[in-house]
Amino acid sequence: MIPTFAELFAETGCECWNRTTSFLISRRTFAGGALLAALAGKTARAQGFAGLGMNGQGFAPVVPGRPLVFPADHGPHPDFRIEWWYVTANLADSSGSAYGAQWTLFRQAMAPGPQHEGWANQQIWMGHAAVTRADTHRFSETFARGGVGQAGSQASPLEAWIDAWQMRGGERMNSDTLSPLELNAAGNDFAYTLRLEADHALVLQGDAGYSVKSEQGQASYYYSQPYFRARGRITVDDKPAEVTGLAWMDREWSSQPLASDQTGWDWLSLHLNRGEKLMLFRLRDRGNHDFISGKWFSPDGREMRLGSSDIAMTPRVFTDMAGHRIPTTWDIAIPSLSLAISCTPVNPKCWMGTRFPYWEGPIRFSGSHSGVGYLEMTGY
Amino acid sequence: MTRTLWVLAVLLSHWRRHPMQFATLVIGLVSAIALWSGVQALNQQARASYDRAAAAFGGTRTATLVSRSGGTFPQQLFVDLRRAGWPVSPVLEGRIQIDGRSFRLLGIEPVTLPAEVGDTPAIGGDLQSFVMSPGETRVAPETLTELGASEGGSLQASNDMTLPPLRLAARLTPGVLVVDIGIAQQLLKMPGQVSRLLIGKSKGPRASLESVAGDRLRLIKPDAETDLERLTDSFHLNLTAFGLLSFFVGLFIVNSAIGLAFEQRLPMLRTLRACGVSSRQLNAVLLLELVFFALVAGLAGMVVGYLIAAALLPDVAASLRGLYGAQIPGQLSLRPQWWLAGLVISVLGALLAAAASLLKAGRLSVLAAAQPQAWHQAQRRWVMLQGMAALAVFTAALGLLWFGDSLLAGFALLAAILLGAALALPLLLELVLAGGERQARGALAAWFWADSRQQLSGLSLALMALLLALSVNVGVGTMVESFRQTFVSWLDGRLAADVYINAADDAQAKAITAWLRERRDVIAILPGGRAETQFAGAPLEIFGLPDRATYRDRWPLLRSAENSWARLRQGDAAFASEQLARRSKLSIGGAIEVPTPNGDWKIRIVGIYADYGNPNAQIAVNFDALTNHFPTIPRTRIGLRANQAAVPKLMSDLREKFGLDEHSLIDQATLKAESKRIFKRTFSVTAALNAFTLAVAGIALLTSLLTLGNSRLPQLAPLWAIGITRRQLAVIELLKTMSVALVTALLALPLGLLVAWCLIAIVNVKAFGWRLPFHVFPLQLAELLAVAMAASLVAAAIPVLKLARLQPAELIKVFADER
Amino acid sequence: MTRDKEIVLSVRNLTKAYSAAGEKVSVLRGVNLIVAAGERVALTGESGSGKSTLLHLIAGLDRADGGDIDFAGTPMAGLNEAGLAALRRDRLGLVFQQFSLIPSLNVGDNLAFQSRIAGRNDVAWQTELAQRLGLAGLLDRYPEQLSGGQQQRVAIGRALAVKPLLLLADEPTGNLDETTADNVLALTRDLVARTGCSLLMVTHSNRLAATLDRHVNLSAGLIA
Repeated sequence: MIPTFAELFAETGCECWNRTTSFLISRRTFAGGALLAALAGKTARAQGFAGLGMNGQGFAPVVPGRPLVFPADHGPHPDFRIEWWYVTANLADSSGSAYGAQWTLFRQAMAPGPQHEGWANQQIWMGHAAVTRADTHRFSETFARGGVGQAGSQASPLEAWIDAWQMRGGERMNSDTLSPLELNAAGNDFAYTLRLEADHALVLQGDAGYSVKSEQGQASYYYSQPYFRARGRITVDDKPAEVTGLAWMDREWSSQPLASDQTGWDWLSLHLNRGEKLMLFRLRDRGNHDFISGKWFSPDGREMRLGSSDIAMTPRVFTDMAGHRIPTTWDIAIPSLSLAISCTPVNPKCWMGTRFPYWEGPIRFSGSHSGVGYLEMTGY
Repeated sequence: MTRTLWVLAVLLSHWRRHPMQFATLVIGLVSAIALWSGVQALNQQARASYDRAAAAFGGTRTATLVSRSGGTFPQQLFVDLRRAGWPVSPVLEGRIQIDGRSFRLLGIEPVTLPAEVGDTPAIGGDLQSFVMSPGETRVAPETLTELGASEGGSLQASNDMTLPPLRLAARLTPGVLVVDIGIAQQLLKMPGQVSRLLIGKSKGPRASLESVAGDRLRLIKPDAETDLERLTDSFHLNLTAFGLLSFFVGLFIVNSAIGLAFEQRLPMLRTLRACGVSSRQLNAVLLLELVFFALVAGLAGMVVGYLIAAALLPDVAASLRGLYGAQIPGQLSLRPQWWLAGLVISVLGALLAAAASLLKAGRLSVLAAAQPQAWHQAQRRWVMLQGMAALAVFTAALGLLWFGDSLLAGFALLAAILLGAALALPLLLELVLAGGERQARGALAAWFWADSRQQLSGLSLALMALLLALSVNVGVGTMVESFRQTFVSWLDGRLAADVYINAADDAQAKAITAWLRERRDVIAILPGGRAETQFAGAPLEIFGLPDRATYRDRWPLLRSAENSWARLRQGDAAFASEQLARRSKLSIGGAIEVPTPNGDWKIRIVGIYADYGNPNAQIAVNFDALTNHFPTIPRTRIGLRANQAAVPKLMSDLREKFGLDEHSLIDQATLKAESKRIFKRTFSVTAALNAFTLAVAGIALLTSLLTLGNSRLPQLAPLWAIGITRRQLAVIELLKTMSVALVTALLALPLGLLVAWCLIAIVNVKAFGWRLPFHVFPLQLAELLAVAMAASLVAAAIPVLKLARLQPAELIKVFADER
Repeated sequence: MTRDKEIVLSVRNLTKAYSAAGEKVSVLRGVNLIVAAGERVALTGESGSGKSTLLHLIAGLDRADGGDIDFAGTPMAGLNEAGLAALRRDRLGLVFQQFSLIPSLNVGDNLAFQSRIAGRNDVAWQTELAQRLGLAGLLDRYPEQLSGGQQQRVAIGRALAVKPLLLLADEPTGNLDETTADNVLALTRDLVARTGCSLLMVTHSNRLAATLDRHVNLSAGLIA
């Protein structure tokens, strides 16, 4: 469906259309989105990104100190330019074979201002879903206009959907733990349904949910539920498998593009085997001023914010795919956590050949700590 | 390489010394390629635009979901289906009036539009500006011209709505305005409604259609062939047939030119061999020469073909629009494949035409002295073989006539008849000439017949060309003339009213009707209206007939049940158009069921009427019955009966009072004239092609005679030597040519009538769905016969004049050369 | 002819028969003939004695039934059609009645075309040939504009333009009156001497035959 839409417009060579779709891209587009910076709007490049505050385009600004309120913030924030609901799961079937699953819903506003009714609504929605096994990686992509019900989201009871894909909380969901949560998606050659449950409260990224994305101060609102246990069924080529494992949900929204010299990012979510969780991202730029940030959480409620000086991320093994050279194995060292691990992919060929292509897939790691996680890389 | 070039230069020197022969060769190749490639260009152009129309936003190439009851349905079904896994995209279609003209308005949803639909990038540019207010109206360049608007301009629809700014979409189908679905819903005043859902190709899991939409929607499977393609098949087959005919006739010319050149170049070839050119090299160079000519002449032919196509395109486009409502852009656009195909065809055709000569050259012995040909026996065998082949082909034709039940079978039957006749022609001529020989008194007369027989093998190809061209001319001419007569009398019946009005809306129609009631010069006011629905998966027009004497007296019924008009008045009976009756095998007494907004309507067929020129199926019902079942149809069409003398005044009053223009007010005479003009234009293509093929056949005859003329000297010299003057010889030669041409032309007449019968009784019925009465037009036949004889005379005159002016020395040489 | 006695053409025991009307007619019954470099040989014989057949076989236009022809040390039996054509093109000059001039080429091109095809176009030599053959003023004319003697001189020029090892001539003066014939023959003799090539000429005239170095007679398919 997507190539359709995309091709239809791409064939005409329209720059504007590229602009529109490319900011629909993928989650950390926004957080790390160099492309977004260039593509977000006609005035973006000209104005530059001098600090925070309104960029004059009428979208709501991201400011420090705004408390996140639940369940309201589980729902959509249409005044902000961009937003996503993002779940990754590290799973295994009864024989112990590893699986990964991704479920993503993006929202993008084409214009600021009050929400229009029906087809005049300015929101565009995009869904990405994927299933990964050591021997295969399947993905699908779909688009929808807002305003008519084909895609959307609501806070209570939590629901987010595009076409037949949905994330549903239901009446019994605890809005502090986001549990339980039903999740499903399907493509031409795969499908999955998962039930996510958690005993621990969700966690706020950055400074109480205010997550800084560049030295200049670009930021987003960002919270996660990294403590999900997942159970469900994954079907690949009509062959179903019962799976269980861990899942991680991210919610993030913002209005601001990022610095124009940022070229891509590397993002990791790690389930450490003693129950701690670790989120890391690195925003690469054309100079050598990578912006690295992260946060560590433990089940007993402790947490630690990590900055560029705390973290060393070193690519080790590169994989060539679809004309791109991607670092699929990483060494990560965080001395303040006495952490030194090596991350390897379950399947190095987790290429998301979507409208805006990137790499995203399940990983394992070992060293000072062991465990599983997810890795996303763009801009290679 | 240099050696090859020198040999080629020697071979080419022949043509420099024989420019006429060269011209003949080139003319043959050019005329073979020109019409063929011209016709191909036209067909390609038309097919490309059908594809465009079909691919654009879910024509027949895409599987679709439509409402079971016809009409639109709520867009919530679209959302429900999407959420059940169906890769559907909504389309809302309607008509919108701008400046009194009606356009197709298409509302699409670009974000979900399937790729296979989008492969015609009918929409270009910016998604955001297309979907976000004020949006855009995408139109083809032709439409922009038609609207007299420019990009960025805004149009006002007749319902006072303003369309979004215009934006050009180069490959969009003409006559269509494309806007975002949300905008279309506003423009058409159909909020939340969609006409159909296009189904994309993605195959994820999905719920069953019934579980989502109940029985409200119906799935229509994609069709490889578009409706337009099917409808226009006959037209394009017709063009192709003419193209092929002229191609082969052109090859006859090439064949005789190359044959002549080969005979004349034999000594040269022998000398070349003796001087050390190997036979393989010589053959390679001969082939090279031919391919070179074929490429150059092919290219020239394609340029001519392009000009022909460009000249015919307006007529072809008018025909297609008139006959099938198909929109063809007026600008000829050629694809590289067309050039390539043309050149390949040219080379293949040249090789085919030169095959005999090339084979002879390949077997050429340096020493072989010219063996006197046992021509008589060889010719006899050849003629018998052809006769047998003709018999086989005729048998096949009978089989096709008996078992064939398709348009293609109809054309195959035509081809078989023509091919069979062409193959049988030499045998028939042989019989006629042998008969003449037996009847002949006197030595010269006997020689006349015998020599004609001998000439036959050299002339038979050209005579076949003449036979084919003539009989096709007779056939097509008879068909067109029959159609014209039928059409004119049908128009009289069908255009019953004296004045036709198409009001802007129902309110205006009411006002006009009220005003008309007051007028003394109006005899009758005939309300009109039509609804569109579906029958057997195809669109069906329902025409409302007011119960008036005007219609009862003149409606062009072909067959009807008793009291048919009375039964029509009761409301559950209809007349079916001939096309519909044939296509759906409906007969009087049969019944059909059509969906209406008020549920299914069961209608009994009580009559069948002629509906020429309408590609769609149509039924005619009582007007009141129509408005009962389709309460919302516009009642803007009004017909008037009025005193002839009062018509101009009535019209000018109407124009003044209600601001009606030429699109919304027309009198019968103008409408008839317009219809006849369209009809004439439709067949002007046929006429042009007819003339062209006949001309090519004439050239074929001329070149054959020129070729023969050269080898005739040895036959004529002895006669001259025994005391017959050159003038007498010339007259005899002329008589001989004319007599075989006359026999051929006479044979072409019944053959042509047979062709006409096939066209009328088989091809037309399959292609259009109507059967015309078969008329024979003796005057037309006589005219064609005269034209054929004149063409033969011109063709024969040139070689005969040459003969009459022959220097005696040339005749003497015949004896001197004989060794 | 006084230079060396190298053998240009050696025909040994050559036989050839044709079948006509189902009957086999032996034309050559074991012909032996040797032509040395520079030697000029006249071949005479009655009509039907096989003179032309012998010439055709030597020219490689036809195949013998038996025996050998060695031309310039090469056995012709070992050559295929293309080899024979190359031999004719490069080493032989032919002046046959039936292989006349190419009507669509002018005199100049007719003179040059065999040497062009052979790939050794010697313009100076052609100019000299045209001069000596008295064709210098006629180079732009077409064959049909020439007299018989002129045409035959062009044919001889064409054959000699390649500087062949052997010139084969079949009644080159057959259609010419006596004076013209003598004239043409004298020219031919001169040019042959000038190029050092050998000449084998079929003639029915003993008077002409006598003007050459040697005279052989073919009779009943044999050379006496």
